[in-house]
Amino acid sequence: MSGIITAKDMCLWYGNHKALNNVSIEISEKSITALIGPSGCGKSTFLKTLNRMNDLIPGVKITGDIRYGGMDIFSGEVDVNNLRKEIGMVFQKPNPFPMSIYDNVAYGPRTHGVTNKVELDGIVEQALRDAAIWDEVKDRLKKNALGMSGGQQQRLCIARALAVKPKILLMDEPTSALDPISTSKIEELVVEFKEKYTIVMVTHNMQQAVRVSDYTAFFLHGELIEFDKTDSIFSQPKDQRTEDYITGRFG
Amino acid sequence: MLKQSLSKKRKRFEWIMKGMMWLSAGITAALVIFLVAYVLLRGIPHISWQLLSTKPSYLTESIGILPDILNTVYIVIVTLLIVLPLGVGAAIYLTEYASNQKVVSVIEYAAETLSGIPSIIYGLVGMLLFSNNMGTCLMAGALTLVIMNLPTIMRTAQESLKTVPRSYREGAFGLGAGKWRVIRTVVLPGCVDGVITGCILSVGRILGESAALLFTAGFAHALNGVIDALAAPGATLTVALYFYAKEQGEFGVAFAIAAILMILTILINFAAAFAQKHFAKRRKI
Amino acid sequence: MRKNQVLEKAIHGIFLLLGLITVGCVLLITIYLVISGIPAIREIGLWDFLLGKQWASTAAEPKYGILPFILTSIYGTAGAIAIGVPIGFMTAVYLSKLAPTKVKSAMQNAVSLLAGIPSVVYGLVGMLVLVPGIRKVFNVPDGASLLAAIIVLAIMILPSIIKMSITALDAVPKEYEDASLALGATPIETYFKVSVPAAKSGIATAVVLGVGRAIGEAMAVMMVAGNVPNMPDSLFQSVRFLTTAVSSEMAYSSGLQQQALFSIALVLFLFIMLINATLNFFLKREKE
Repeated sequence: MSGIITAKDMCLWYGNHKALNNVSIEISEKSITALIGPSGCGKSTFLKTLNRMNDLIPGVKITGDIRYGGMDIFSGEVDVNNLRKEIGMVFQKPNPFPMSIYDNVAYGPRTHGVTNKVELDGIVEQALRDAAIWDEVKDRLKKNALGMSGGQQQRLCIARALAVKPKILLMDEPTSALDPISTSKIEELVVEFKEKYTIVMVTHNMQQAVRVSDYTAFFLHGELIEFDKTDSIFSQPKDQRTEDYITGRFG
Repeated sequence: MLKQSLSKKRKRFEWIMKGMMWLSAGITAALVIFLVAYVLLRGIPHISWQLLSTKPSYLTESIGILPDILNTVYIVIVTLLIVLPLGVGAAIYLTEYASNQKVVSVIEYAAETLSGIPSIIYGLVGMLLFSNNMGTCLMAGALTLVIMNLPTIMRTAQESLKTVPRSYREGAFGLGAGKWRVIRTVVLPGCVDGVITGCILSVGRILGESAALLFTAGFAHALNGVIDALAAPGATLTVALYFYAKEQGEFGVAFAIAAILMILTILINFAAAFAQKHFAKRRKI
Repeated sequence: MRKNQVLEKAIHGIFLLLGLITVGCVLLITIYLVISGIPAIREIGLWDFLLGKQWASTAAEPKYGILPFILTSIYGTAGAIAIGVPIGFMTAVYLSKLAPTKVKSAMQNAVSLLAGIPSVVYGLVGMLVLVPGIRKVFNVPDGASLLAAIIVLAIMILPSIIKMSITALDAVPKEYEDASLALGATPIETYFKVSVPAAKSGIATAVVLGVGRAIGEAMAVMMVAGNVPNMPDSLFQSVRFLTTAVSSEMAYSSGLQQQALFSIALVLFLFIMLINATLNFFLKREKE
């Protein structure tokens, strides 16, 4: 298999603290990959490296090689803004802008130069439909997004990420702040997205990993311990530490 | 696709915004540097022992600012002596006694209103309230400044009172102490920080004040002891600066005073920054 | 025990009085201004007073029209805002978002210093640098003018604009900015399209605060504006503000003239109360 994203011997330091150690992974196109592991194991850090959000933190140093579509994402030729347009992100806590629902979704396309009102309307509607929230908000697009419930806000954030037509969607524990009903709605969405997008999702919830993902990567102390098909990881893990973790012996 | 750089329009936005930010920050920085340097360079050469240690004399045709310096010191001390108990008392009422939220918000609104009133209006009201009854004198000026500085002292004291942990008070109450005793022994010591910060800010404000003093304290340059000075008209440094620059065209003296005020302002700023840092650290522990 | 209770009650009463002092001061100031400001307005007539274009208080046939002062104060403040707000706002965005920590703290100290410089010092530097500068650059007979006042006021309101805006911008949650960056917006785009709108009520507060400062400043303006009660027809006109109208004649006024000065103060006070009300509106919205 040839991955859309490949990382090779990637290390990351926060100042003197080594947060990721020699991570190598290949993520295949139009699949769902779950990143699991205990808090502080580096899974979120790894996720944020893929769209170079870690660049923003002072004192971060990254070595090794990460390629997206065969291209080194840290090379001087790559424009980080375009990289982030192709690799969208949904955050742990719903973080809609304090603007109207419409402006939230339109923010990305506007940033990337779409000014035509009809075109923009179309993009916004499609994105909201794809995020399964159109019917709930179509009558109040001009209302402030902060007035929505948490689950709605998170789906709005997903719509906002979809509106710039990314190829990959990075999701950082997207349901950890939500109630069970909102969570299952988002899980359904993620499974549907597989047809169009490649999804990398950090999750604390192992049932969630089993329910939605094709591949699972287990991180511990900044290292990638095991990476395989989700079925194999959960039925016959090769590494003792993986087994200990998924059977709930620590974490 | 990835290699494509930003569109022309986005690049232009980037550069225009960056340019405007750098320009603005540059203007602000240049202004501060220019003001400080200009005032000090033009003022310091005119500062002499004779200027600092004498009063103006028509006989020798010399100008001295000793009376103005003393007046400034007197007015700072008297104002603080009066405003401190009032402001701290008001803060204690707000944090320790007031149970009615409406009363609190009325008092806070009043304090905000006071801090928004321009000094020229204080000057006018001070003239009507104090000078018309007790004559134009330093005391009338000080009383006017008391009203002006009340909100500052009240707010800073209030803020530091809020940081005294509830558990201290509860502990003291638990020992059977009365409210007044708790306030004296636990609450008051806790607001020393805020009061010191407030004092520094107020001293800065009093030093810089002129419009409120023009018609309340007047602009005489007589050399007096404390008691006599309070009952007599007298100019503070700022008022003297105005007087020498605008009425007499004595720009050398005006700049000498400006340089002294500038140095004091810088010192006060350092003191305020130091106090805030120091107290913030202590609060963390 | 009973004696103690009486004592506690008495102390409670004393603190209540202290707490109410600020309220008392506000009432006292309001009442004094209204009482002393009304008679002249009555005698002159409200409209003749507010809309009269001529102020000649010492003429044989005195005229008490304060429209020139009102307009000068409004134009002067508007001019100061027009210059001071963009510079202050842009400086604030730079300091809050772009500047390295060291630059930020050094600049913040510098801005505090700017706020602490006495107005007479601004006036003095204005008199000796700005006024002759304007005379030379624009080739006008006298540089003491509306323009000089506008520039001095613009500088004097900078610190409040910068400080308040930085506070508002620093308070913008990082999550908003992360979301914008993750969508492929550049940091600069993020600051101006997400952070600034998110901080807009704080920035509006800063502007209103600046308006209050500018309209209430007396001494610095007195030293650079020329103080002739002209209508502010041009930037190079020697003009008198509401504040300087009060201070320039107070020392030697009496009778109706002095009462008219109190009336001017009343008008200024009403302006300030209006601004305070606006400020409070914004502050309340900020809290929500």
